[in-house]
Amino acid sequence: MTSRRIIAFVVVAVLAIGGTVAFVLRDYDRYRDRIDSAPPVPRTSLGAVVDGPRVVFRNTAIGNDYGLVAVVPLDDLTGPRAFTDVSCDRIDASPTGASCLVTKRGVVTRYAWLDLGPDLTVEDEHGIAGLPSRTRLSPDGSLTASTVFVSGHSYMQAGFSTATRIREVGGTDYGNLERFDFRLDGERIASVDRNVWGVTFADDTTFYATVATGGTPYLVKGNLTERTLTAIHAGAECPALSPDGTHIAYKKNVSDDATHWTIAVLDLATDKEVLLDGETASVDDQVQWLDDDTVLYGLPRADEAGVTDVWQLEATADATPQMFLEQAWSPAVIH
Amino acid sequence: MSDRPGGKDRTGTRDPIPRVVITLGFVSLLTDISSESVSAILPLYLTAVLGLSTIAYGFVDGLYQGVSALVRIAGGWASDRSDHPKWVAAIGYGLSCVARVVLLFASGLGAISAVVTADRIGKGLRTAPRDAMISAATPTADLGRAFGVHRTLDTVGAALGPLIAFSILWVIPDGYVTVMIVSLAFAVLGVALLGLLVPDERPREKLEVAPGREFRWRDVAEPRLNRLLVIAGLLGILTVGDGFLYLALIDQQDFDATWFPLLYVGTNTAFLVLATPLGALADRIGRARMLVFGHAALLGAYACVALASGGALFTVLTLVLLGTFYAATDGVIAALAGRLVAPTVRASGIATAQTVVALARLLASFGFGVLWYAVGPRTALLIVGGALLVAVPLALQLMRGLDASADTA
Repeated sequence: MTSRRIIAFVVVAVLAIGGTVAFVLRDYDRYRDRIDSAPPVPRTSLGAVVDGPRVVFRNTAIGNDYGLVAVVPLDDLTGPRAFTDVSCDRIDASPTGASCLVTKRGVVTRYAWLDLGPDLTVEDEHGIAGLPSRTRLSPDGSLTASTVFVSGHSYMQAGFSTATRIREVGGTDYGNLERFDFRLDGERIASVDRNVWGVTFADDTTFYATVATGGTPYLVKGNLTERTLTAIHAGAECPALSPDGTHIAYKKNVSDDATHWTIAVLDLATDKEVLLDGETASVDDQVQWLDDDTVLYGLPRADEAGVTDVWQLEATADATPQMFLEQAWSPAVIH
Repeated sequence: MSDRPGGKDRTGTRDPIPRVVITLGFVSLLTDISSESVSAILPLYLTAVLGLSTIAYGFVDGLYQGVSALVRIAGGWASDRSDHPKWVAAIGYGLSCVARVVLLFASGLGAISAVVTADRIGKGLRTAPRDAMISAATPTADLGRAFGVHRTLDTVGAALGPLIAFSILWVIPDGYVTVMIVSLAFAVLGVALLGLLVPDERPREKLEVAPGREFRWRDVAEPRLNRLLVIAGLLGILTVGDGFLYLALIDQQDFDATWFPLLYVGTNTAFLVLATPLGALADRIGRARMLVFGHAALLGAYACVALASGGALFTVLTLVLLGTFYAATDGVIAALAGRLVAPTVRASGIATAQTVVALARLLASFGFGVLWYAVGPRTALLIVGGALLVAVPLALQLMRGLDASADTA
């Protein structure tokens, strides 16, 4: 009886372990094939593209350059890519440099926030406490912001929250924005479950971000010198300010259970919101502006794990999305 | 029955840990490899492959905090009522195993959330019957050590899980599905080990309980258990989640946030090293007393974070003290609670104690969040630490007699 059970267990173990080993080996072959059979991406040198109007982004074409920061000229988006040797999950760039968040995988996964110089080499490295989410530079490249997910688990509980910081590149650290005074309808709120994420800069004092409290995400206007966050609109996440400073694009939850986001654009002067529902996919990204009328955002490919594309969409109600940059993520446009 | 009255010869050689306890430990080890390997990569998988933001996942995940606590009581009740703790535990382990299969096909946030919930419910269901089985299989004098061994094996699994997952991703960078398959294999092994090699002991049948005297909630509401619940609840309300302590450490500017993920590893290492020796020590000095001493270690961790000016030494000390706290409380409270009630309601008794602790700590996190924003992390820790400083001797006083009465249960 007992020996029969031991035999049964051994059979189950052999089947489970054998099957798994076979699967792992086959998946390794598949991965090698995918790398080997990936069409080579046409390449150029950094020097050729680093001066003109350009797009800096994370390359998501499968192959040896996967995850690296790459640059293409704005007038030749399908042309050769120039690769750096810096790997980033999220990047934003200005003419003076770039801000990069990266996951360093290992036995213990670690995370870093890199300041890149004008030639996109690493100039400074800061540790961050969790998974990279968003990063932005101010228009003149002097301020940098990051949002990461801090996950904690103890034996009895699980938790997830964001940590968002702003600092001067090579200077003052303004610290975690959760410490700023949060004002909602003229009142100072000291709530427990407050989370801040997704900064976009207007200038070196003013920025916009998301503050969520009590389950509602608010668009807030922040002031660095006064250290304040003032709610100006409800139901907005991950804002992005248009280059002329008149509109803010953000993702808006349009489902009951926070599983579908649509891009919305708010006219700051009139407080009118337009839903860009010409894009039917859920957009879970902090958008970038290509120019004052067009937004850019990344979407994952349904059939290719890890591959994403950047799409463009005119900021009107029924515009149709168009492909902007294939096999790319986290675009930053430098005019 | 296997329960022996206290007063066992403490100087003589100790009995080996019962085989059932070791087997259950390996069931937990395999299952924890399974669940921790997936949860380690889940945030990366959600963002890199599915293109979802983890904050959305965080919101949904947060909704299920309370579910697990309620399910745990249900698991305890089902175990006592049916008199088949093994099969109730098997359903719990099986549910988590099925969740691994569904995860392979889940692509949306809704589906992922459902999988996480099923896993959580499975964990809630299995915990109390499993702890009741450990309790039933072990002589009272060795109970703390037995739970310590189980928790050590459990934590080894939790540490191996992420290691295995990231090793796979290192070799196959887009091999998320492979990680899930490997996770599934470990879950299957765990369930098979429990189902095939753990005997189906029936505590109530063994006691030959008269037909009229079956499961009754009145038996759970045993005055000595109630005393434990009050004390555990009181201490639980003063237990700040370790996430807060880590954040407070980071708040000290000289701490490099790069090392943040290592803090969990440090605490878990201390826990797995100390769980067995502290459990054995609890058998000697009294489990109720050890439970209170564990909170003194927690108080020490608060002091390290609040009073120290930072530095690596204080960080390491904080983690060791936190690990000591978990080692002195996590298995010990189950060992204690299981002996304060009649064997017919043992799983329910253990579940009730664990649920009280979980809910009290949930409340503590909420309250500490308010304090944190109101007065800052350092002052907030000093306030809670001050309250704990009063509560620890008080609890020690209130616990008096619980150990002796447990021994004769």
